[in-house]
Amino acid sequence: MGEIVVTNLGKAYRQYHSRWSRLIEWVWPFGKARHERKWVLRDINFRVSPGHAVGIIGTNGAGKSTLLKLITGTTQPTQGSVKMQGRVAALLELGMGFHPDFTGRQNVVMAAQLLGLHEDEVNLHMAEIESFAEIGGYIDQPVRVYSSGMQVRLAFAVATAVRPDILIVDEALSVGDGYFQHKCFARIRMFQEKGSTLLFVSHDLAVVRSLCDQAIWLDNGVIRDAGETKTVLDGYAKALYAKGQEVEVAAEQVPVERDVPKVESRQKRDCRLDFINNTNLRNDIEIFEFKQDAARWGDGKAKITDTKLQDANGTTLNWIIGGEEVVLSVEAQANEMLERVIVGFMVRDRLGQNLFGDNTYITTMDVPVSIRKNSKFQGRFRFLMPILPQGTYAVTVAIATGTQKDHIAHDWINEALFFESHNGISVSGLVGVPMHDITIDEFSRT
Amino acid sequence: MSLVKQIWIYRGFILGSVKREFQSKYRNSLLGASWMVLQPLSQILVFTLVFSQVMRSRIPGLDGSFGYSIFLCAGLLTWGFFADLVGRYQNMFLENANLIKKINFPRICIPVIALFNAGINFIIIASLFIGFTLLVGSFPGGVLVLIIPVLLLQTTLAMGLGMTIGVLNVFFRDIGHLFAIVLQLWFWLTPIVYPLQSLPVWAQEIVNLNPMTPLITAYQSIVVQGEPPLWTSLMPSCIFACLFCLFGMYLFKIRAGEMIDEL
Repeated sequence: MGEIVVTNLGKAYRQYHSRWSRLIEWVWPFGKARHERKWVLRDINFRVSPGHAVGIIGTNGAGKSTLLKLITGTTQPTQGSVKMQGRVAALLELGMGFHPDFTGRQNVVMAAQLLGLHEDEVNLHMAEIESFAEIGGYIDQPVRVYSSGMQVRLAFAVATAVRPDILIVDEALSVGDGYFQHKCFARIRMFQEKGSTLLFVSHDLAVVRSLCDQAIWLDNGVIRDAGETKTVLDGYAKALYAKGQEVEVAAEQVPVERDVPKVESRQKRDCRLDFINNTNLRNDIEIFEFKQDAARWGDGKAKITDTKLQDANGTTLNWIIGGEEVVLSVEAQANEMLERVIVGFMVRDRLGQNLFGDNTYITTMDVPVSIRKNSKFQGRFRFLMPILPQGTYAVTVAIATGTQKDHIAHDWINEALFFESHNGISVSGLVGVPMHDITIDEFSRT
Repeated sequence: MSLVKQIWIYRGFILGSVKREFQSKYRNSLLGASWMVLQPLSQILVFTLVFSQVMRSRIPGLDGSFGYSIFLCAGLLTWGFFADLVGRYQNMFLENANLIKKINFPRICIPVIALFNAGINFIIIASLFIGFTLLVGSFPGGVLVLIIPVLLLQTTLAMGLGMTIGVLNVFFRDIGHLFAIVLQLWFWLTPIVYPLQSLPVWAQEIVNLNPMTPLITAYQSIVVQGEPPLWTSLMPSCIFACLFCLFGMYLFKIRAGEMIDEL
């Protein structure tokens, strides 16, 4: 149970030259074809053994979604075939078929019936579905009053109520908050351990890396590479990087102006902060403890011992407000003599996107800092914390020696510190930049 | 997997969907399910009052003040069922496009659900009508059961025709608009509001080519005269219905895949 065999699979859409062409072709099928075939997927061959997890990656339009639709059977292949054994659950469009006027409970029954289950089977699982979705009394309210997160939670709970032999997951999980995502992934992992085959499509390479033992890289409708996750992902990342390189080089060619007079920014804050902080728009950010046991890499010549957010007076904070000034402090110990040391950090959102970060390189370029063996040191970054959309964030910190371009990493922790923004409703964009001044002026009169 | 087996496995979904269509229709109304009865009841009342009392219409050979009303209802209610079913089939794939495109379930469920929905509506209105005939003392008696095979034949015809139009409508939306006109013409070419005998002979010949004519005449003969229909007259319609049904299923089968790409 749980095997997937895809043989010579291909999908082409018909494109007719005009509205009438199809009619003419139907009425008189003996003439020449009046349509062109537009191939979106071609010559796809792979086999997934039971219990394995395969990630499908590729840029937008590479054919990932089409491939999943062919595998789940919603779309019929133009050529080739898909063979599967066992019960399939597809988390492609969570919440599809939810009727806004019916209660959560009724919709659960409906959605489960659409999966081929019977009402009494559904009722057996109802308690578990309710507890997983964590929507409380809302289960008996019409779905139209649900938040989108609640809908997704309920839909995920129904779709995974019974362990499938094959689980197919699209980008669906990128909605919902960090906490629920963690819960979803825990369930997916549990299924995996119990022997479900997993087919996973995502842009989030970190998730693919952690869940899948094999990966398929789709590019323009064909398999560009397939095999062990790490190898495929590295190749994919390299290709993506090659595309983006032009921009990166151009950015580096801009001369760095080093003699810009430093403006004291102590008093500068978002001009609306006093008002906002007294309303429900306040961007509360909760800071969690430094993760001592987080995975780290590097040659070990230095070891990061602590990472924390502080206020200007050096008091460690566990709660900050977006738009206010904070100090990120990275403490480390040198196990060897370190010359030209650089301390850096990067803040990533839950999808692994780099939001902002910085390092000490330029500041210390003229006067490189050296650290003696066995001494402790810290890098401090004082900045206005951007206003963050709701979600969890991870801070990556690193110690290296060398230059921006050529350096050796001594200690690198991907998820050294987590924080969570509880209310970022006034943010548009990845982060909100604190505004010093906002005005409207009439500057000419006619 | 055979169609019947698929339908059986998804019976929960089918019955649930039928139930939910009625629920969603009356969910936010105060009177709830009573509207299911009130609407057809008013229809029957209007026909009978207008034609028996206001217009005092009479058809030669029919007694009683309700004669024409019963004649009219016999044709009109069954034609209503026919038009309702074909109409639902015409739009069922378009209306359920989201579901069809995104979730893999047996597509055959959709026409089955539409059939049940139209069928239940007809059963309600037909029961009200039978109640009415009992009330005015014009109940045709045991001969009424003969209506069942005629209805089955009509349903087959409607499903075959509806399926064909439903599939075509996905590719050529003109079909939907065109068929609305055809249905109107067809109504007047069927002896529903007028008896077939009231037409001149040449016109009778034309109207007799219409496959719905023998069906409607059969209902009228059972309900109004209380006599079994002329079974042989139904043969051409029967062949017609079977051919349409086969053609509709064939079209559905070969175009199902392309249809999903088109929706």
